[in-house]
Amino acid sequence: MKARVHVMLKNGVLDPQGEAVRHALGALGFAGVSGVRQGKVIELDLADGTTEATVKEMCEKLLANTVIESYSVELA
Amino acid sequence: MKAAVLQFPGSNCDRDMAVALEKAGADVTVVWHKDAALPKVDLVAVPGGFSFGDYLRCGAIAAQSPICLALIDHVNKGGYALGVCNGFQVLTETRLLPGALMRNAGLKFVCKTVGLKVETTDSAFTRGYAAGQVVDIPIAHHDGNYFVDDETLAALRDQDRIAFTYTQNPNGAKADIAGVLSENRRVLGMMPHPERAVDAHHGGTDGQALFRGLLDQLVQA
Repeated sequence: MKARVHVMLKNGVLDPQGEAVRHALGALGFAGVSGVRQGKVIELDLADGTTEATVKEMCEKLLANTVIESYSVELA
Repeated sequence: MKAAVLQFPGSNCDRDMAVALEKAGADVTVVWHKDAALPKVDLVAVPGGFSFGDYLRCGAIAAQSPICLALIDHVNKGGYALGVCNGFQVLTETRLLPGALMRNAGLKFVCKTVGLKVETTDSAFTRGYAAGQVVDIPIAHHDGNYFVDDETLAALRDQDRIAFTYTQNPNGAKADIAGVLSENRRVLGMMPHPERAVDAHHGGTDGQALFRGLLDQLVQA
């Protein structure tokens, strides 16, 4: 089985990289992009039967820094 | 005083840190990240560099290494620890210090000497300075933008745990914070490199007082 983890900076934490991407899109002529947030996607190949709770524990302990980041887990 | 300097794949300030501590009079052992135990030391120094290539997040992989479990144990028993640059990132990732270090607000790697204001002299690390003194210390980092939530920031201020602030913020750090202390004041994390300012040939010696202050206090203890 696979799991996909999305890690994003929390709302309220300024994302300087997202801001730079927003500026670059404006410079390319894409009008109306009012915000860009950049995060990461982590794909995990897991033993069958791995629970969502286990993947969340992985997020809490390593994959995300919950001081600044939030995460969501998709099992497939 | 006995000190250990941790060494991870990608550390590059480990030797400078060892030299700075030795110059101040410490007996230094360099310890590899796979070691599960620390020698008996008063201080553990976590040096700058790019441990594990900054993969995932700066300091995140190093924080999970066997030696960091020993570091956490050392701190929990009242031991001293100093983290500089990547070392500061490691200390926040282990949660021994609050907050996190994000990409610089200007997105660029910043390498220059900056002015630091000594915000508290109430620690072994800062007792060698005068309160409010401004010192010149080099910085060299891409991810030094210190973030804490407002509640934690208020607690840091109330408890006088902000050790150094930048006189001119180079990276977007919240409240200009360059270095913070743990609740028991025995752990300091800072982005600037005091070990790169301990010899006239470095272009400045303002970092000496940090190591000497530490030595003075720990030798007395």
